[in-house]
Amino acid sequence: MADAVLFEFLHTEMVAELWAHDPDPGPGGQNMNLSVLESVGFRVGQALGERLPREMLAFREELDVLKFLCKDLWLAIFQKQMDSLRTNHQGTYVLQDNSFPLLLPMAAGLQYLEEAPKFLAFTCGLLRGALCTLGIESVVTASVAALPGCKFQVVIQNS
Amino acid sequence: MGSQWLFTLTYGALVTQLCKDYENDEDVNKQLDKMGYNIGVRLIEDFLARSNVGRCHDFRETADVIAKVAFKMYLGITPSITNWSPAGDEFSLILENNPLVDFVELPDNHSSLIYSNLLCGVLRGALEMVQMAVEAKFVQDTLKGDGVTEIRMRFIRRIEDNLPAGEE
Repeated sequence: MADAVLFEFLHTEMVAELWAHDPDPGPGGQNMNLSVLESVGFRVGQALGERLPREMLAFREELDVLKFLCKDLWLAIFQKQMDSLRTNHQGTYVLQDNSFPLLLPMAAGLQYLEEAPKFLAFTCGLLRGALCTLGIESVVTASVAALPGCKFQVVIQNS
Repeated sequence: MGSQWLFTLTYGALVTQLCKDYENDEDVNKQLDKMGYNIGVRLIEDFLARSNVGRCHDFRETADVIAKVAFKMYLGITPSITNWSPAGDEFSLILENNPLVDFVELPDNHSSLIYSNLLCGVLRGALEMVQMAVEAKFVQDTLKGDGVTEIRMRFIRRIEDNLPAGEE
């Protein structure tokens, strides 16, 4: 449905809005804005997690949860699955999307690389929020080597 | 679960964040309108590409397209069109259900907040790109206890292309 497009437009505008307060915030300012985007995403991820059917949540292992995020969650939200999932089996996972929809509007090419973190912060929060609702505390970061591909790194926090 | 929830939930989280960022509801309303406008001026291209509707010849056709095509396409609802002014320059969109507010309750200290104000900005921005200056505003809101949600649309003027100086 076209409402996926509506979300993408809203996301782009949110990124623009949170920077508009201070067009040149400097390094400290930028981090604050990224964390605001991340926390908005976190709230959405939590809420999404709460709406999952209970039977979907009979995960036996942590890896099953991450697979769920890569397949079912990603498919529901972005109409595609994550392209790869790797882990060191010690609580660190790398989720790779070779064509991340929220990066697609940006021109492919290295010149826009420094803008990429703004477009990833919300989704990092979303992953962290969904994991939180599923009982897993984590730190999620993202990196871009070549647009529109990116990697999300999930590090599970042991309680 | 799906992308409709994603939009609704994200919108809710955004409004919550704006209420933290701004001191009063009026400023949040303005910000939502502005953001909506920025979305609208780009959304119109997406809409025209998907829908294949031709040029609207009058405001009545415009109303039909907004309610039956645009709202249906993006929000999955078809508002009804009522209360035409005698001059045909104003009408109301009545939303029995507003999908934006599915999980929302307004806290007591935000009685002036126009929660869905983004929609007014979107309508204004999109129509401006097709040469129509309009005003859109909420006159009823289920979040405030009204039975329905009503958006009043008013045609202000046609936007003519500006001619270069020196030409008639």
